[in-house]
Amino acid sequence: MSLTAKDKAFVKAFWGKISDQADAIGQEAVGRMLIVYPQTKIYFPDWTDFSLDSPQVKKHGKTVMSAITDAVGKMDDLIGEMSSLSDLHATKVRLDPVNFKILSHNILVTLAVHFPTDFTAEVHVAVDKFLAAVSAAIADKYR
Amino acid sequence: MVVWTDQERAFIQDIFSKLNYEDAGPELYCRVLIVYPWTQRYFGGFGNLYSAEAIKSNPMVAAHGIVVLHGLDKAMKNMDDITVLKGLEKALKNMDNIKNTFTALSELHSEKLQVDPGNFQLLGDCLTVVLARRMTTDFTPDIQAAWQKFLSVVISALTRQYY
Repeated sequence: MSLTAKDKAFVKAFWGKISDQADAIGQEAVGRMLIVYPQTKIYFPDWTDFSLDSPQVKKHGKTVMSAITDAVGKMDDLIGEMSSLSDLHATKVRLDPVNFKILSHNILVTLAVHFPTDFTAEVHVAVDKFLAAVSAAIADKYR
Repeated sequence: MVVWTDQERAFIQDIFSKLNYEDAGPELYCRVLIVYPWTQRYFGGFGNLYSAEAIKSNPMVAAHGIVVLHGLDKAMKNMDDITVLKGLEKALKNMDNIKNTFTALSELHSEKLQVDPGNFQLLGDCLTVVLARRMTTDFTPDIQAAWQKFLSVVISALTRQYY
């Protein structure tokens, strides 16, 4: 389900609107994920605080969302541009691929909460496809 | 057997009490047909679904969304009752016996409508987004967790007769 020119345009335009809140969105998306899908906590065995305001959640949310914001500018070659992140996830993180969908879903929910008017059906499908493409790029080196 | 805490029941009932079915129903189905276009295969008799604009102004799409929400509402209202009813509103009304409440609906979806059960999750995800848009910051992570648990029980009940 490759990204069309229209999808890329929608994603870029929408990201222009949300980018100054990107860190907070990342924090909330990760926070929601840990509460709604508690099994995801297994990837953070050394964390002490899984609440929404936790500094650990805040930092991780920022890390993830910065990479995704970065990917907005790399949509023409996500697999190539995200190659080193893919290596990291394949060899060190070894995140089960099912979790890409889980985090993506929580990003969509967070976007819907904070941008209810801008998050139209057309933006929804474009962003969903974009997150799926990013996930595929990250999982590219898995096997 | 599904165990619901008092807080989870309260969260789910609160969501339905604030939900405007006539408004949210149409939005739900529009989103499903636009975000997951392959779902259009089940709505051959709905007429023009060729563009986002056509879908948004299609009265059959709007009507179907409302039907689906009433079905969920029943599940909420029958949380403690064994009566067999119709529609999704049942799930809300039958929270303690969603499995049996949905026997007939599950058979309908598997044998007559032949809906791929994967679609129940897609519709559930879209409905979660619709709720998030409408409730904004009131859709807290704890409420989201209770809501998604409710959805997963409904989806499991709807999928039950497929095997």
